Amino acid sequence: MSEPAISLRGVVKRYGSIVAVDGLDLEVPAGVCFGLLGPNGAGKSTTMRMLTAQALADAGEIAVLGYELPRESKQARMEMGVVPQLDNLDVELTCRQILTVFARLYRVASGERTAAVERALVLANLLPRADTIVRELSGGMRRRLLVARGLIHEPRLVLLDEPTVGLDPQVRQELWTLIDGLRSGGVTVLMSTHYIEEAERLADTVAVMSHGKIVAQGTPAELVRAYAGEQVVEVYGPPEKLAEASEIAARNGWQSRRSGPALAIMRAESLDGEAPDGVRRPANLEDAFVALTGEEIE
Amino acid sequence: MSATTVGVSAEPAKRVGRLEPAALAGVMSRDVVIFGRYWKATTFSSVMQPTIYLLAFGLGFGTLLKTIGHVKTIEYIGTGTVATAVLFSSAFPGMFNTFIRWQFQRTYDAILAAPVDVEELITAEVLWISLRAGVYGVVPLLVAMLFGLEPNAGMLLVPLIGFVTGFGFAAFGVLIAAVAKTIDNFNYVTSAVLTPMFLVAGTFFPISTLPDGVRQVAQVNPLYHCVQLVRDASLGGLGAADLGHAAVLLAFALLMWRLAISQLGKRLID
Repeated sequence: MSEPAISLRGVVKRYGSIVAVDGLDLEVPAGVCFGLLGPNGAGKSTTMRMLTAQALADAGEIAVLGYELPRESKQARMEMGVVPQLDNLDVELTCRQILTVFARLYRVASGERTAAVERALVLANLLPRADTIVRELSGGMRRRLLVARGLIHEPRLVLLDEPTVGLDPQVRQELWTLIDGLRSGGVTVLMSTHYIEEAERLADTVAVMSHGKIVAQGTPAELVRAYAGEQVVEVYGPPEKLAEASEIAARNGWQSRRSGPALAIMRAESLDGEAPDGVRRPANLEDAFVALTGEEIE
Repeated sequence: MSATTVGVSAEPAKRVGRLEPAALAGVMSRDVVIFGRYWKATTFSSVMQPTIYLLAFGLGFGTLLKTIGHVKTIEYIGTGTVATAVLFSSAFPGMFNTFIRWQFQRTYDAILAAPVDVEELITAEVLWISLRAGVYGVVPLLVAMLFGLEPNAGMLLVPLIGFVTGFGFAAFGVLIAAVAKTIDNFNYVTSAVLTPMFLVAGTFFPISTLPDGVRQVAQVNPLYHCVQLVRDASLGGLGAADLGHAAVLLAFALLMWRLAISQLGKRLID
């Protein structure tokens, strides 16, 4: 069995009195697309920063591509690419200039630099915009450039922190295709996201993170089955009706949650026809996610 | 017969060291590209500034004073302006570029996710600024020549003096950016530190005319040592005292470099 691409054991990270990562254990096998799913503030971005040694753990062990962090982090960074959540492109430079600078930073040999930049431009579909200044690019193009920048040195591990946050659906689809292509090419992908659909579509394995820990892990289908069952009944109606349905559910010990204007009752398949009238639909990862991370917004 | 196995000892782990030239070159290549966009404005201001000083002080004072100390006014002001040019072209970029790239553009976050360490990032940035300061520090001498300063072989040392001084002040700027909470706080440093520093350094008038206390303070001002060194080199008066001036500039550069790395490092890596 090959060694995992990423391994974290008992990792703790505190900021003052706030514990951002609280005894995290995580193993990402090589060659998979691994989704780190969690609400905002669950500790996903802090975990990502620790993998590049831009944040240092207070306790625990971290290894990336077989290198021990933070001691050998530079070596690990040589072989991985990072796509940050916040746009940190040089707005004054052109796409080609940015990619050339990063090809140097990632030690792409001088003879291969031009070809690497060209390849990244093609990959991100930015060839026609190669000499455009970043300031003049649309949000979607900038995000693609961020991805291209992280892939300039053909890394074997890519960290994507909320890769499609704030993008319109067309751009999101396009990025998903790109990410899926990476995985098919044998690159290990660790992607943090709070978009359920993104994790459901792309990730082979999903780990749900809450309050700095992994609370569940499995394929999206396994998680849905384990935490939300097969079917869900959604009861619609005025607030009084929903309150009543919620009370019935609580009395019978049915697992339920508010889902926008409706009350969703999980595991409808096991209610033996006792379920209240409503719309039946298959359980999804969102049901499992809310069951795991709670309904309250912090 | 003793077996002589020429030991290809266990393959050394592929180690990447500190301050790798490739990392420094990578960070500086970015500065070069950006400079390619702004060199006209930078060059314009670096020529205009000494020209204005020389016109104002040289023509203004020059009609009143033929010499300052025992040096011709044009020589005194011309060499003094070198130091101000070096100070301004290193301390300000050190402060503003660092703060903007770190806090507003988050460029440093992107660079540190690549195989570049904090030490390499800051060293490369400071190195680039000080190389530029060394080159632009020569401009006042060229302008002063138009006003009658005589060329001297010792002037060839000026870029080197400018580089070492600029290194210290660029690192000083990085240090200020690291500890300043907001970019507005730079105003305190500019008015309370840099302005007196640039005036009380023997740039436009000798510190020997100043009261004792102020003169002693002036002597710990690195810019004072830069001025002395530039003046001695440019006017053909290098002597043993200049080794002391050079030592102060080197010590200042070394101290600021290490402080900049440790202070900004603390803030770049949580």
